[in-house]
Amino acid sequence: MITKEYPKVYLYRRIVQAKLFIDLNYADNIDLENISDEACFSKFHFIRLFKQIYGKTPHRYLTDIRLDKAKQLLSDGLTVSEVCFRVGFESLSSFSSLFKSTIGKTPTEFLSNQVVRQTEMTTNPLKFIPGCIASKNGWLKNSNFQETD
Amino acid sequence: MYVLNQDEAYDFYVNKLGFKVIIDMPMGPNVRWLTVSPKEQEGIEINLFPLVEGQMFDAETLKTMRELVQKGTFGAAVFECNDIYATYEELKSKGVIFKKSPTKEFYGIEALFQDNSGNWFSLGQKK
Repeated sequence: MITKEYPKVYLYRRIVQAKLFIDLNYADNIDLENISDEACFSKFHFIRLFKQIYGKTPHRYLTDIRLDKAKQLLSDGLTVSEVCFRVGFESLSSFSSLFKSTIGKTPTEFLSNQVVRQTEMTTNPLKFIPGCIASKNGWLKNSNFQETD
Repeated sequence: MYVLNQDEAYDFYVNKLGFKVIIDMPMGPNVRWLTVSPKEQEGIEINLFPLVEGQMFDAETLKTMRELVQKGTFGAAVFECNDIYATYEELKSKGVIFKKSPTKEFYGIEALFQDNSGNWFSLGQKK
């Protein structure tokens, strides 16, 4: 293992810790000023370094994490209002409009598409698998995927 | 991508690498069709296929395959990230094992890491 350290490793570690803090606490009312304080940076310096590393501001990053998590929860079958509050939004209307402007569909439309997809996976799973692999595994013969013995 | 255990592979790829699950559906006893995608490289879909005995592998082949995967024989994928140093620090803090820390090579900065089955990957940085 090569262990040569790269320059400014301590800066990287502090920014990464701040990013991991957001990953863990995205559903809470996160104050980005507190994060920059904890990372021992001025707010301006923190935002600049974060953007340089992750390509977006901490605020945008937090919003994207919340929307990603919202997509996952909608796919799991939760209702739109449950998802909204569970990922840290305080109002359904701001959640819905942000979701629509970023994802291109309203949460309700996204949820409907997911229900259709999940139903297809249950009724026709082979649609999602390359035929050659399904054939090699014997899944074409045993399309209900039960024990064959 | 062959993995030793799908539940453990799920934990590694989703919770440590932060990959997105594309499909996760049961395909019979002990087998799921499980595909994941790196968030920073949309369009790539990796199937985490379990090494279990069945039509694809008889007992002897399976034993050989598991040994080969475990000893780190297979490594065919190159992942890209926005910042290799930040990704390296994050993955290391989550317990990912690196065979090579970020190093400047003539073709760019590269690191090498292993998944929890033994498969290894190259990690590069977008230009």
